[in-house]
Amino acid sequence: MSGFKSDNKVVNWIEDRLPIFSMMQHSAIDYPTPRNLNYWWNFGSLAAVMLIIMILTGLFLAMNYSSHTSLAFDSVERIMRDVNYGWLLRYLHANGASMFFILVYIHIFRGLYYGSYKAPREILWFIGIAIYLAMMATGFMGYVLPWGQMSFWGATVITNLFSAFPVVGDYIVTLLWGGFAVDNPTLNRFFALHFLLPFVIVGLVVLHVWALHSVKSNNPLGIDMKGAQDSIPFHPYYTIKDLYGIGVFLMFYMAFVFWAPNFFGEPDNYIPANPMVTPAHIVPEWYYLPFYAILRAFTMDIWFIPAKLQGVVAMFAAILILFALPWLDTSKVRSAKFRPLYRQFFWLFFANCMVLGYVGGKPAEGVLIVVGQLCTAYYFAHFLVIMPLLGWFEKPKPLPASISQPVVKAAALGLMILVGLAGFSGNAQAAGGAMPPFKQPEGGFSWEGVFGKHDQASLRRGWQVFHDVCSACHSMKLVAYRNLADLGFTEDEIKAIAAEKEVRDGPNDEGEMFMRPARPADRIVPPFANDKAAMAANGGALPPDLSLMNKARPKGPYYVYSLFLGYEDAPPEGVTIPDGKFFNHYFPGNAISMPGVIADDVVTYADGTKATKEQIAKDVVTFLNWAAEPELDTRKSMGLKVMLFLAVLTAMLYALKRQIWKDVH
Amino acid sequence: MADPAHNAQPSPVDGQTRRDFLLYATSAVGAVGTGIALWPFVHSMNPAADTLALSTTDVDISIIQPGQSVTVVWQGKPVFVRHRLPEEIDDAGKTAMADLRDPQKDTDRAQKPEWLVLIGVCTHLGCVPLGQKPADPKGEFNGWFCPCHGSHYDTSGRIRKGPAPTNLPVPPYKFTSDTAIRIG
Repeated sequence: MSGFKSDNKVVNWIEDRLPIFSMMQHSAIDYPTPRNLNYWWNFGSLAAVMLIIMILTGLFLAMNYSSHTSLAFDSVERIMRDVNYGWLLRYLHANGASMFFILVYIHIFRGLYYGSYKAPREILWFIGIAIYLAMMATGFMGYVLPWGQMSFWGATVITNLFSAFPVVGDYIVTLLWGGFAVDNPTLNRFFALHFLLPFVIVGLVVLHVWALHSVKSNNPLGIDMKGAQDSIPFHPYYTIKDLYGIGVFLMFYMAFVFWAPNFFGEPDNYIPANPMVTPAHIVPEWYYLPFYAILRAFTMDIWFIPAKLQGVVAMFAAILILFALPWLDTSKVRSAKFRPLYRQFFWLFFANCMVLGYVGGKPAEGVLIVVGQLCTAYYFAHFLVIMPLLGWFEKPKPLPASISQPVVKAAALGLMILVGLAGFSGNAQAAGGAMPPFKQPEGGFSWEGVFGKHDQASLRRGWQVFHDVCSACHSMKLVAYRNLADLGFTEDEIKAIAAEKEVRDGPNDEGEMFMRPARPADRIVPPFANDKAAMAANGGALPPDLSLMNKARPKGPYYVYSLFLGYEDAPPEGVTIPDGKFFNHYFPGNAISMPGVIADDVVTYADGTKATKEQIAKDVVTFLNWAAEPELDTRKSMGLKVMLFLAVLTAMLYALKRQIWKDVH
Repeated sequence: MADPAHNAQPSPVDGQTRRDFLLYATSAVGAVGTGIALWPFVHSMNPAADTLALSTTDVDISIIQPGQSVTVVWQGKPVFVRHRLPEEIDDAGKTAMADLRDPQKDTDRAQKPEWLVLIGVCTHLGCVPLGQKPADPKGEFNGWFCPCHGSHYDTSGRIRKGPAPTNLPVPPYKFTSDTAIRIG
């Protein structure tokens, strides 16, 4: 710990007993860093920031979450609706998981491109892979916690992976579940582990940085620092560059949080877990998709090895093979900048991973099966064949004498992110079914776009239709009468609306349960006592709860709007609809139990608006959207303020960075 | 701080000043932003909207005989409803204000003299005082006695002896009929 001196007596007193100041000086200020790092080197510190945000938001979410199967889903919705800024914390956390993986994938591909895994950085690389594995486990278990349909079936599928192993497989699965299926014990232990693992990751990050600081950073040229002229101190040069990167990244992140918070999520996860019904098309979170494609690529038993085992082994091997990479790559040159052939193969490999991700997000059918198999073969060939051979055949370009010689410009930041999003997005499409394109209301919905908000007049009309028509069969259990204040109802009006219905309360002093009029604090009283009663009264079909309908279907608002207007009096020729069902163009399978109740003048609007069926459909969908996303108006207006602030801060950080770096460039 | 030798070189000082200004301005903006960003985290720990909405409890008082007390739950806390005897009302009414640590007239604490409604949480450190059941110790002033640290309350729920700083608080309530009250 060389050369630490302070004039401050307190600092010196502490330093003599615990050399924390010299350690900070050594590792965060003086740390000699290559002067030529480009912006791809920002992603390590960005990932660290993201980890801190995840731990903070996660901690405060945990204060309001209940890890019991009967409470988990509702407790998450309570966070979204009732906890102060709960929606913000949850959307920061849910989108943060995706951001974390985007950052880490870029970080990994940067390491692959510039040969950062080669001697002497092998252990640094190993710790990185361990962090990645821990992240995958953490992300998976976190996704289970909201206890929606995707949570439950994701947990079922992933834990069943272990059943592929001969002899011990079934025991391992039972051990993971703590029962005979994914159930309450599983949820409880996943919550405990999901809370623990991030702190394990923090520990691994400390080791990662320790290893980094002892072997020093790699750089775009991949050659070692040879002296003082090649390096600059970490502070202020890279602290400011990292801070500027954080500003840019936060704007990217916040755009999702405030305007597309469910972009990375699956609509099915807004349906409570149902162990009796698997959704038609289940996919893992986007960050596992390439490995999911590898898992599914094996479809034939070979000798005594069942296809299932092959797939599971291949999937684990696809990650574990990264451990062997420092030795599989036989080239002496690190950076792809001087490896003309490897550079081509690197991008091929990258594209291959993207295709695997795309295949993993689609149903396993038709040509995609073969594409997935070829890409899986190429994935392994890249590591096992191409990398070892390239070292022999490739003639690297001459390396520069030192880092300070050439000028390196920053690469086009964001390109990879865009390619990645294009490759992985849109995986939520439901499988099959020739469905006409969704109808759009004239003039669109009021809440569309950056500035769009729920239209108050439409909300109140929509409530009137819900109240007079929909609520005869459908419940809306997550919305309370008091929430109607958002629609502009006064306290007395809300009391009167609530008092129309009765709820069961008690026991009273005699020990009897009794009925009392509902109060504003009560949730909207469902039309039936329970699901069985609802089914019995509706020909065996359960009218779904409408609280989250707009979020629980792909393109929800357009789906519901189209469904209202998609009825035909008689099915088209050649289509038979069972008795008691109705034909609808937009319902999966076309046979829907709900009759087409939305018709012209089915209600008379209190505000005098003409009640055409299009108008009614639009109003109901607007009301349902408010029920599903009551925070939308607040979210967007807060988003604008946050973005404005971040733009100013990032511009200032950029100006400061230019000032600090102007003598180096 | 002022360094004349430094001032002699105009160009680096210019650059230095601009850089310092940018540094301080950026730090200030960043610090304010971080501060504001912490608020949602802190505020998420305050009572949520559904918790705040659970604000009323109805009590049927027709079954409470003179001299009896019942304990009901309001916002997660015990509330004492006591049907006071004439002598208890009398005691509470004639206590001199000078004898009270937290002076308050009994008539300001009970809407109807025979009914006393109190939040049953000792103002010292939050224990529930004894005195609701006939066999309970009622303290030296015949009201309530907190066993945790020995606070004595009188028949109006006012602190008379012991470490508690203030009287047992009276929750907001109203008589919805002659035989029922709504707390909250």
